[in-house]
Amino acid sequence: MPDATGLELLAQELGDAAIETVYYRKRATIVVDPAQIRAVLQTLRAKGYAFLASVHGVDHYPEEPRLGVIYELLDMSRVDRVAVKLRVPTEAPRVESVTADWPTADHQEREVYDMFGVVFEGHPDLRRILMPEDYEGHPQRRDFPLGGEPVIFTRDETKWLEARSE
Amino acid sequence: MSPIGEGVRATPDAGTQVGAAGGGARVGPVESPSLEDVDRGETTDELLTLNFGPHHPATHGVLRLLVTLQGEVVRDLKPIIGYVHTGIEKTAEDKSYWKVIPIVERMDYLAYYFNAMAYVGAVESLLEVEVPTRAQYLRVIHLELNRIASHLIWLGTSALDLGASSIFLYSLRERELILDLFEMSSGQRMHTRYFQVGGVIEDIPTGFASKLREFLQIMPGRVDEYGAILNSNEIVLRRLRGTCPLDADTLLELGVTGPLLRAAGNPWDLRKAAPYSSYEHFEFKIPVGTVGDNYDRFAVRLAEIYESVRIIEQALEGLPEGPHITEDRKVALPPRHELATSMEALIHHFKLVTEGFRVPPGEMYYPIESPRGELGCYVRSDGSSRPARVHMRDPSFVNLQALSHMTRGSYIADLIATTAMLDPILGGIDR
Amino acid sequence: MEVRRERIGPSGAGARSAAGGARAGAVSGEELRVQSLSARQLLRGGDLEGANQPAQLEGADLERYVQERVLTTTLDKTVAWARSNSFFPLSFGLACCAMEQFHAAGPRMDIARFGFEAFRASPRQADLIILAGRVSIKMAPIIRRLYDQMLEPKWAISMGACCSSMGVFNNYALVPADKFMPIDVHVPGCPPRPEALMHGVLKLRKLVQDDPDMGWRERYDAVGTEEHPLNA
Repeated sequence: MPDATGLELLAQELGDAAIETVYYRKRATIVVDPAQIRAVLQTLRAKGYAFLASVHGVDHYPEEPRLGVIYELLDMSRVDRVAVKLRVPTEAPRVESVTADWPTADHQEREVYDMFGVVFEGHPDLRRILMPEDYEGHPQRRDFPLGGEPVIFTRDETKWLEARSE
Repeated sequence: MSPIGEGVRATPDAGTQVGAAGGGARVGPVESPSLEDVDRGETTDELLTLNFGPHHPATHGVLRLLVTLQGEVVRDLKPIIGYVHTGIEKTAEDKSYWKVIPIVERMDYLAYYFNAMAYVGAVESLLEVEVPTRAQYLRVIHLELNRIASHLIWLGTSALDLGASSIFLYSLRERELILDLFEMSSGQRMHTRYFQVGGVIEDIPTGFASKLREFLQIMPGRVDEYGAILNSNEIVLRRLRGTCPLDADTLLELGVTGPLLRAAGNPWDLRKAAPYSSYEHFEFKIPVGTVGDNYDRFAVRLAEIYESVRIIEQALEGLPEGPHITEDRKVALPPRHELATSMEALIHHFKLVTEGFRVPPGEMYYPIESPRGELGCYVRSDGSSRPARVHMRDPSFVNLQALSHMTRGSYIADLIATTAMLDPILGGIDR
Repeated sequence: MEVRRERIGPSGAGARSAAGGARAGAVSGEELRVQSLSARQLLRGGDLEGANQPAQLEGADLERYVQERVLTTTLDKTVAWARSNSFFPLSFGLACCAMEQFHAAGPRMDIARFGFEAFRASPRQADLIILAGRVSIKMAPIIRRLYDQMLEPKWAISMGACCSSMGVFNNYALVPADKFMPIDVHVPGCPPRPEALMHGVLKLRKLVQDDPDMGWRERYDAVGTEEHPLNA
């Protein structure tokens, strides 16, 4: 990870795209403006962070803007990692897709779309990847119910059936 | 090497092979004949879309592939996944931090210790808890044993796909020995929840070290046997040599790590590059291939078993005395005998078991080297006793994107061999 | 989609088998004695209790009636014995339980010594489907299709906690196997040891041989409390 000063220098190079920097437990995160994510990633690529390790989503419910997308970048020559984070509200969850520059983001952006509902504009094939194609809802959002079967113990079974049939 | 495997191999349509090792392949759309071309009669073959899976003996789990074929040549491939999606990440948000360990273990179900290690490492980084050296060495021993076990199943099922079905039984024989060792140390063969936040749940019992030494003595000989059987099998060699190569640059663009990247020549291994859990104390080599075809992928994994045996030997010889879990009672359970004498221990025990420890708000991404590549765990904590988000960056999920690039322009039989060499684990892909 | 669950009655694989009529299911001494008494009574033309009321048959009809019963019973038992010792499992593994299924077919816990090593890839050639692993909502219709493609008689084993109940993951993405297909034997465990899977398969073998172990519902007098999806 770049240390705290290195992170500040990196953020300065990004100019107005960088909103905030967080350096916590030796992990460097830059929060950027969602509209400029492609340019930010290209700048970081030029600085040496050429490997996109992971694209994943977070739901910050109940803080707004709720939906976050995190890009984990890795510089293999210096073994350095930096994370780029952006946050979009649920009403307008549109982010430009970076698949054209980083082909590894293909399936990962589809997963973020499937689980959180973030729409990646410019993605070659934005469909649900883990849930069935006709599923409604975005399961990983924090206000989506966990679901599952009710747990019925054997001794309660008859009572449950009677209650259901009433 | 015997000259049998180096015979002339008829490559289909070498001109249209995108992603060949010779040219610097760019990642782009496939050049297959469009339907208009077919209508105009400008191709002699029609395109056939074949559904492959999800129930198929060669898909290594419930992987579904939509393969576009021209004759028997693969022109395009679309993987469809989600058939074993279990909602692991969502379930993990509902449980306290140590209860997430068994949930997350069941993700990549052949590398269960690795899943636990990534998650536990992330939580330990957030808590800034120090893991005692003995626990780190024990973790390394179990991780490398799990790596050998995972490669053995890969070997058995891949050989089964290629037709050499007796290797399946041999590799299961060795895997039984490894699972016996796991059962000795933790009581369970698979999904052992042996790794806990701060160390390991229990110290190894007496007899574990001697049984492990016996295993380490016979294992290299057994791997020699497998190598001897498969490397003198002409069919296996013809199917693996020269098929579906992909160069390292394309693989890096696609985010591929692990044995696939090392087979293409790039020696990137997180155990050496960014060592965690005392890996820097051990001396081992990284096997690397040259061409990046299926044979290199096979040879790299086979060689990794030897290196894992070396690491375990060193860890066992150098195993230091000390606690097996951190002494911080706010994070790790106190030993049972203390509960009878110390009131504080009782209170800590109660608090940890009912609510669990709380983690201050923050985010962490902890990557490790699993048998399939970079396995990373992202944990976001919000100050409560349950994680706010757990995401596992699974290597097979990202590696799967390379399958279509690898198999373009090759035969169906090569597709089967490549899927086997890709080593996809659908539990990790679908989570 | 209608799901009908047929209870395995105490008199054998009740409605599932092809033969109808009175069948000698159990092999205990007491029941054999009862059978022989009823047969003797039948031959003498006396009144019988229960479903057998051919007391008025005489002569050639009576002989043919008796011959049918005795031969059919023995033939059924032979067929059941042959079927139970030659399951062709469908090679079908979903998740972690599939690894333990491999071990059950492996050299230490050898499934071949019972005759079940012929794992068939096609459902048309298999008669036993072992659901090894968690069943997600995307996979459930496909498993149902596979099960429908299998030819009668067919059996299903639900291996592991995830497909028997919801297992470790009680959430939106999974469905227990009972909800969409009839299961004969549930094997608990996460994952069940290969020995446990063998125990389940051998229990199924006993069931097919018309000698099923008494289920827990019979043992604890809880018959009638099963959860029927149709009533939901």
